[in-house]
Amino acid sequence: MIIFKFFPLLIANLLRKKTRSALTMGSFAVALFLFSLLATINSSFNQGVEVAGADRLLVMNKTSLVQPLPVSYMERIQQIKGVKEVTYATWFGGIYKDEKNFFAQIVIDYKTFLQMYREFKVPSSQWRDFCSDREGAVVGKKLAQRFGWKIGDRIPIQGGIFPGHWEFNIRGIYSGTRNEDDETQFWLRYDYLDERRDLGKGTVGWYMIRVNNPDNTPTIAKAIEDQFANSPAEVKAESEKSFATGFVKQIGNVKGIMISVGSIVFFTLLLVTGSTMAMSVRERTGELAVLKTLGFSDRTVMALVLAESLLYALAGGLIGIILAKLYTFRGDPTNGFLPSFYLSPEKMCTGMLFALVAGISAGWIPAMLAMRMKIVEALRRI
Amino acid sequence: MSIPIIYNIRSVRVRWVSTAVAVFGIAGVVSVFIAMLAMAQGFQATLVASGSPYNALIRRGGATSEMDSALTAEQIRIAADAPDVLRGKGRLPLVSPEVVVIVMLPIRNGQTNAMVALRGVSQRALDVRSVVKIAQGRFIKPGLAELVVGANVAHAYTNCELGGRPFFGGRQWHVVGVMDAQGSAFDSELWADAVLLQQTYKRPGNIFQSATIRLTSPEAFSDFTKSLTGDPRLTLQIDRERDYYEHQSQAVTTIIRVLGVSVALVMGVGAIFGALNTMYASVAARAREIATIRAIGFAEWSIIASFLIESLFISFIGGLVGCLGVIPLNGYSTSTINWQTFSNIAFAFEITPQLMCLGMLFALTMGLVGGLPPAIRAARMPVVTALREL
Repeated sequence: MIIFKFFPLLIANLLRKKTRSALTMGSFAVALFLFSLLATINSSFNQGVEVAGADRLLVMNKTSLVQPLPVSYMERIQQIKGVKEVTYATWFGGIYKDEKNFFAQIVIDYKTFLQMYREFKVPSSQWRDFCSDREGAVVGKKLAQRFGWKIGDRIPIQGGIFPGHWEFNIRGIYSGTRNEDDETQFWLRYDYLDERRDLGKGTVGWYMIRVNNPDNTPTIAKAIEDQFANSPAEVKAESEKSFATGFVKQIGNVKGIMISVGSIVFFTLLLVTGSTMAMSVRERTGELAVLKTLGFSDRTVMALVLAESLLYALAGGLIGIILAKLYTFRGDPTNGFLPSFYLSPEKMCTGMLFALVAGISAGWIPAMLAMRMKIVEALRRI
Repeated sequence: MSIPIIYNIRSVRVRWVSTAVAVFGIAGVVSVFIAMLAMAQGFQATLVASGSPYNALIRRGGATSEMDSALTAEQIRIAADAPDVLRGKGRLPLVSPEVVVIVMLPIRNGQTNAMVALRGVSQRALDVRSVVKIAQGRFIKPGLAELVVGANVAHAYTNCELGGRPFFGGRQWHVVGVMDAQGSAFDSELWADAVLLQQTYKRPGNIFQSATIRLTSPEAFSDFTKSLTGDPRLTLQIDRERDYYEHQSQAVTTIIRVLGVSVALVMGVGAIFGALNTMYASVAARAREIATIRAIGFAEWSIIASFLIESLFISFIGGLVGCLGVIPLNGYSTSTINWQTFSNIAFAFEITPQLMCLGMLFALTMGLVGGLPPAIRAARMPVVTALREL
């Protein structure tokens, strides 16, 4: 293979101007680090869409998610044809010590919740403890890590929507089966909430439904909406995915921002590395001419320059992506507002692909210059 | 005091390609940096503009926002009778007890719905809030299913223009007026009669979520607070209206700032690498020129200073290009959901002179960090060897 034959030459070229090589690689590393960072942020905003179950339907008050629904709808929903399972939940919205410690507290029906969300796993002994303690809570693995909570800890929560001082015992720690799963939630029991609150007894925030066949989702959604039409609390049913997509759209054009920032970075990177490569080709005009004199073909010389640029790109890109991966292990930088902060292997591969493209485009013009260089003219120059 | 500045400025011109590359690199970073901060700034400004220094906002003690607050009519009446409350026509206190409902409205030209704040107000709401004016049509009449909508709502959601008839809460509503709230959060709200709203959404008639109270002067706030906190019948959360709204902007602005600034910082490191490369290369290419300058009699530190000035000059131009390039974004309006109130708020990018200064400062820092090591290398170059080299 021609590449292996010339590899020592490539390496020697890299090592000649160590600072420059390091800086050029560094530029690629920074660009790819940034790419990975943007991709991670983008996917954490889209987390809800990515983890949405294809066979799940969300039923909420037609007015908005903030308006409650009667808990009595549960049985009526269950009787609708095509509905396999139903569970309900409520947003608790309390504060742990300080408002900055934001995390989602979800009031659940412990009898039906886990069947609905099969992606969450809790050791069965812990779940039994939770079921037998009204003040129990199950918390996500990442949430427990964030505050250093252990099983048995008593957690004080200042009520927001439901006023008063609440305390919960951690009875279990759940983990997600997929990397994107949200492991930052705090689950507590509906029966306890309903017993203690004064206002809004017997109401829930939303229902989650599993359908028999995902293909029938639109018909089932329609049937559920019709069931409660003209009642005091009309409902809106939509697939979990379309709800999550709508929610992301309301946040704003996150994707657009990411893409525009990414393109600026990419374009700048091309400029910087392209000019560095051009500079180093210009400096080595004499050497390249000597290579050609020795019998290297035009194409080989071109390939050498291109390979050098690619080497910068791939080595730098790899460093950047690995650093980004390490960075994501540190967790969410916004302190709890992003449900997951995970860089997927696919995104890393896309990043390497970008590095490859950048390396080729940055090296292209200098490589062509080197190929077209006339020996006599090049050697005549100083 | 001799620094060969003319030499550096001229060489910037001669090597214009690599200069342009460095300039564009820095310009890109600065524009992203400013754009991100302008977004956070714009969001915050929208909410802060919603509060008046004359107003106090009361909620149930411990409530984080209006959304999870509840006040009885009795509590509001006691607060309204406090001595520092401004009185309007007929010696009546200027108080607006309000309820807030979040409704889903279909977005124009889109399949999705957005959550929008629907505020139940009394006839007095406009007297309390001087920021809001009726720009078109008229204000709502009590007891009728009428709406006045914020300027942004009128054009963002289906059927919400003047004369439009949106349907929600099991009722057909009629838009009778459009408010101009001068870019504040009220531009993203719908207002209806509070009593009617309580009936529509089956809420108890004597429970409100917040009350906005106009005080005799901005300074009267502390006396007002004092007179209410002493009252055993009340457990209230009392805030200056402006502080309340600023607080509501915190979650979103924190996210934008943290993410935006960290992206810009990483980009900055990349731009410094680029600048270092350009400057090192230009130092290496000019070894003989530098040696000549030294041989003429310029001191080492003159060389350092001159190269630093060169790189600062490049980064200054880059910063300028970045600032100018981002200006068209000023006033560009977009909307996001405010997680603290579950409702959509329209806001505009706000590029302030301070942000531009910050951007220039960032650019110059990049120039300094990227220019100093090459400048030192230039000064340390041994004169004799450099001159002997071809």
